[in-house]
Amino acid sequence: MPTLLALDASTQACSAALMVHREGRDEVISRFSLAPREHTRRLMPMVEELLAEAGIGVSSLDAVAYGRGPGSFTGLRIAAGTAQGLAFGADRPLLGVSTLEALALRANRHHHVRHVLAALDARMGEIYVAAYRCHDDGLERLLDEAVLPPERLTLPSNAQDVDWVGVGSGWTLWDAMPVLLQDAMSQTFEDMHPAAEEMAWLAARQFAAGEAREAHLIQPIYLRDQVAWQKNA
Amino acid sequence: MRVLGIETSCDETGVAVYDTQAGLLADTLYSQVDMHAAYGGVVPELASRDHTRKLLPLIQTTLDDAGLGRNDLDGIAYTAGPGLVGALMVGAATAHGMAHALGIPVLGVHHMEGHLLAPMLEETAPAFPFVALLVSGGHTQLVEVKGLGHYRLLGESVDDAAGEAFDKTAKMLGLSYPGGPAVARLAEQGDTARFRFPRPMTDRPGLDFSFSGLKTHTLTTANALREAGELDDTGRADIARAFEDAVVDTLVIKCRRALEQTGLTRLVVAGGVSANVRLRERLDTEIARRGGQTFYPRGRFCTDNGAMIAYVGAQRLAAGERDTGTMHAVPRWPLADLAPPDAS
Ligand SMILES: Nc1ncnc2c1ncn2[C@@H]1O[C@H](COP(=O)(O)OP(=O)(O)OP(=O)(O)O)[C@@H](O)[C@H]1O
Repeated sequence: MPTLLALDASTQACSAALMVHREGRDEVISRFSLAPREHTRRLMPMVEELLAEAGIGVSSLDAVAYGRGPGSFTGLRIAAGTAQGLAFGADRPLLGVSTLEALALRANRHHHVRHVLAALDARMGEIYVAAYRCHDDGLERLLDEAVLPPERLTLPSNAQDVDWVGVGSGWTLWDAMPVLLQDAMSQTFEDMHPAAEEMAWLAARQFAAGEAREAHLIQPIYLRDQVAWQKNA
Repeated sequence: MRVLGIETSCDETGVAVYDTQAGLLADTLYSQVDMHAAYGGVVPELASRDHTRKLLPLIQTTLDDAGLGRNDLDGIAYTAGPGLVGALMVGAATAHGMAHALGIPVLGVHHMEGHLLAPMLEETAPAFPFVALLVSGGHTQLVEVKGLGHYRLLGESVDDAAGEAFDKTAKMLGLSYPGGPAVARLAEQGDTARFRFPRPMTDRPGLDFSFSGLKTHTLTTANALREAGELDDTGRADIARAFEDAVVDTLVIKCRRALEQTGLTRLVVAGGVSANVRLRERLDTEIARRGGQTFYPRGRFCTDNGAMIAYVGAQRLAAGERDTGTMHAVPRWPLADLAPPDAS
């Protein structure tokens, strides 16, 4: 596995993780803090701490990764800027990890669940959402990432008769979700946030699959693109 | 010391390299103005997204232009404010990430200090102390400058900035965004004698400005002409001329007064409106007549650019000032809060 650094600022949580190799094993060390509006203060010190703890410099990294969205627009740009700057400065490639996939993997690792609907509160009465089936060797996406009103959320057509688990802040909009969907959910973990720890594992897979690119090519994925209205449109 | 400067406070992505010995080595700019024109003004979210897309390629181009590799840099400066917070964040985060990777110091600097010291990039740079007139889309200020970080606010606009008044007048006259240069162009065909607009706040002492009354006066005049069926090309040009004359006169009167009050002889004029040709002509004559001297940045450094940020950053970084782990993005930040370099 590669040596890599992952960062995330996509939600109220701020996190960083470093995948290193110690005594012949791959290991991820990480920092995580719930710090609304403090990402600009927390992120760089977390990176510094991790590198110091591992006793390596950025030149030892094979790649850098960040939570590329969906999520808070400003948070995505803080992580993107920092990760791009680090990657560009160190002359290393960059990887973008889905925040929803990282969230699903986190639910799987903490609660051993298999079918996960990962959802983040997108404000303006909408959620960012995607559905995954977790296997031992990776995540399979059953529903593409989308931004939509919770009223329109449905289960993937090919996996309706299984127990689903909901994870992420999007589930605070439970009351607006269709009754049929509510019935299919065995549990929800609305307090769980995406974290760099899982992003490091996912990024390592992407790196092995040859998905690392020059830093400027790995842009945030906002999903919501209607952010302005043209005067004459 | 070789410093990379990054400017992303509004709708221009600017990157430059300044060397404290060799001067400006490279300077590139990407303007989003065409993208925002369709919306009639800057859309902050679109501006921020575009900075994220453009910044790294622009840094690469700038380094190539300077014939440098990233390892040849000794420090990085970025605009920390004032400006659009989401846009500022892009420059701040990228600067911090890159500086950490390169193991060099990083510093967030004040956008208006950049404008204020932009004339220092010219061959005939002003010596301290001087009076500076900062006139842009967001600012109209007179500042006494005794040295780097020694700024005393002498006066400022109590309402609209001069550039804002230009932009609003342009809108009234049906001119395209951004309006300043368009109004100036139209004014060339106008007749000075047809209208005389008020010179706000010049009949009493003090160095403050007010441009919102002038804006209303312009609107009233335009409406009256429209009702009389006279808001044709000539009418619009005459209004533009009367408006520009009033703004220029007002600025000239206050600059003269500021020099008198401080006993200084050098006047620096910076910010977007300092590109205005009539303003420069009038100031040059008036100030020269009093035995003073005027200084302006070259055209491309009147508006937002990375060179002024690299320059200010180089001065402060060379004096030992730097950010610790925190990236700074400060949307509101008075110039008078600045202090000389802090080497702690
Ligand atoms: N020739 C000109 N005559 C008058 N005004 C002009 C001219 N050229 C540009 N301007 C005005 O300058 C302003 C843009 O300047 P600049 O980019 O320095 O300011 P800003 O970024 O809008 O504001 P700030 O720098 O204060 O945040 C606009 O209001 C524009 O209309």
